[in-house]
Amino acid sequence: MNLEEHAAKDKILKPAGVPIPRGRVCTTPQEAAAAVGDIGPSVVKAQVPTGKRGKAGGIKMADQPSEGEAAAREILGMSIGGNRVERVLVEERAAIEREFYAAVLLDLSSLSPLILFSTEGGMDIEEIAEQRPEAIRRHVVDVREGFGDADAAAMLAGLDLGSAAGPVAAILVKLYRVFRESDAELVEINPLALLRGGLVVALDCKFVLDDAAGERQPALAEAASPAKLTRLEEHGAKHGLKFIQLDGNVGVLANGAGLTMTTMDVIDHFGGRPANFLEIGGEAYTKAEVALDLVLSNPGIKSLVVNFCGAFARTDVMADGVVRAWEKLKPNIPAFFSIHGTGEEEAVKLVRDRLGIEPYDLMEDAVKAAVEAAR
Amino acid sequence: MIYRHGESVLVQGITGKQGSFWAQKMMGCGTNVVAGVNPKRAGDTHLGVPIFRSAVEAARETPIDVSVIFIPPSMARDAVIDAIDASVRTIVVLTEHIPSRDVIDIHARARGSGSRIVGPNTAGIVTPGEGFVGIMPGHNTHIFKPGHVGVISRSGSLGTLICLNLTRADLGQSAFIGIGGDPMIGTTTRDALEALDRDERTRAVALVGEIGGTMEEDAAEYARQMKKPIAAFIAGRSSPPDKKMGHAGAIVTGGRGGYASKRDALEKNGVRVVDTPQEMARVLAEARADQAVQV
Repeated sequence: MNLEEHAAKDKILKPAGVPIPRGRVCTTPQEAAAAVGDIGPSVVKAQVPTGKRGKAGGIKMADQPSEGEAAAREILGMSIGGNRVERVLVEERAAIEREFYAAVLLDLSSLSPLILFSTEGGMDIEEIAEQRPEAIRRHVVDVREGFGDADAAAMLAGLDLGSAAGPVAAILVKLYRVFRESDAELVEINPLALLRGGLVVALDCKFVLDDAAGERQPALAEAASPAKLTRLEEHGAKHGLKFIQLDGNVGVLANGAGLTMTTMDVIDHFGGRPANFLEIGGEAYTKAEVALDLVLSNPGIKSLVVNFCGAFARTDVMADGVVRAWEKLKPNIPAFFSIHGTGEEEAVKLVRDRLGIEPYDLMEDAVKAAVEAAR
Repeated sequence: MIYRHGESVLVQGITGKQGSFWAQKMMGCGTNVVAGVNPKRAGDTHLGVPIFRSAVEAARETPIDVSVIFIPPSMARDAVIDAIDASVRTIVVLTEHIPSRDVIDIHARARGSGSRIVGPNTAGIVTPGEGFVGIMPGHNTHIFKPGHVGVISRSGSLGTLICLNLTRADLGQSAFIGIGGDPMIGTTTRDALEALDRDERTRAVALVGEIGGTMEEDAAEYARQMKKPIAAFIAGRSSPPDKKMGHAGAIVTGGRGGYASKRDALEKNGVRVVDTPQEMARVLAEARADQAVQV
């Protein structure tokens, strides 16, 4: 779950004590004009849960209220990375002396929080990381020890930060603390700016909340931008199913993410195009009926592969759901099954007796037939 | 991380619906389940084994080699730490959706403790003919049969499919190691590969990976020096990449983690990468014929 910039600043950085510029969220050009009137020279920024806003034209300067109004009029309604802009953040324009980069994220190789810092923040941080990795300082945190002032000072040692060294170190410590307390996967400030006058301020913030922590972070989960979903995807999410609509013609119903991806890959391998990603593994295996309903609602679908390999997920329970949905919906497309694992004898019998379909032994054969039928 | 016949198993959460169901399956398969944990039912007997308040208390009464965690996400952290405190050598964490902060805490506690974490979000480990620990169809002889191919898989269902294909091709398995589908797991692809390299019964390896993370790339570095033939299948070639971690993710992985990067790293180090699960069995059968070894 991602927080938009204004929410990340308001809910994460501000309570953590990381300085942010004065700003106001506006949903109309009139509000933006008034905000510029109150704040003075401003930056008007599109609020969408994605990067590259500047390159997409979603960030504009405004000195006067009329310019704020014009900027907001242009930005509101814009589409950035597939997100429609519904809000802008009007923020005090800072006199930037230098731009740094700071982030805390989950490091998958050390299985620990990782703190990143660079004196070369701004839009090109990825290129810098690629061309001169030494320009980025890294500190792996042992959570039993934590990350304190001395650790931050050591991490920044030797960097030419001047009077900013103290404030930057303090911000890194705060950033680590809020990362842990708010169940973040990522909190990133780019740029972290040194202003004329010596203040160090977060000009932007990206925050990703751990999906598994939504229950114990209800306020943050509430503040997160809803994921961009199609109508069918939303219907799936309501039932706890991860459904992604694709533009192919072979429907996929499988249990477990690995098996689902594999089924899609094999469809692709034999020259077909998968119409969706949908997995009903784990606890979701009892929801096969809703799942099939979803898959079949996809208008592009010409044939269906049902690939079950049950361990925890009982194939008899899944097959029962599929059979019931099939009898109810009476779809007019051919279906090709392969069923193995826990409960397979019962499952195969159900499909054979109730649907009159003989499951294939190997999934490759079921997929080949489905791809052929979709042509 | 390879289950051996006779090793004693503790089931944390044995009285729950899934814990009960799978404990019985494990027992039926020859797994030596010796005790269970449920703080509310301490002193009772369930499925013929004693129930303890905690793993620490269980370990005081009976030696525990392996513990398996059937505990919901919000309480999983404490259950695993209990098992670490009980000095259990191998802890198989089945739970999916444990918050990342708790997962980090678990790994921090396990580091240097002598406990190995398998998972989280693993389907478990199977040694055909000896027993299994977890939620795998280890009892199904159409899927698993004793033999000499070691199988590593992030996914339980895909791992099951691979074993089924191997068994169909008359290639039995020396061990199935489900390492788990979570991004932060205690036993990596490389750890499992090293264990299978050391394992005498294993003569070839089926490596089943997925897009995301850099575990397959890391394992490829080790694969170079291995004499045992390895075939790999990487799921997700046709899936869109995950961009969630933005700049920071790209900085850390440096462009690794996608399908092409994994395939390239494995092939450069002598691993045969296949396009379908069925091909996996075919390639390993060929390796058996070529090397004239009894795989």
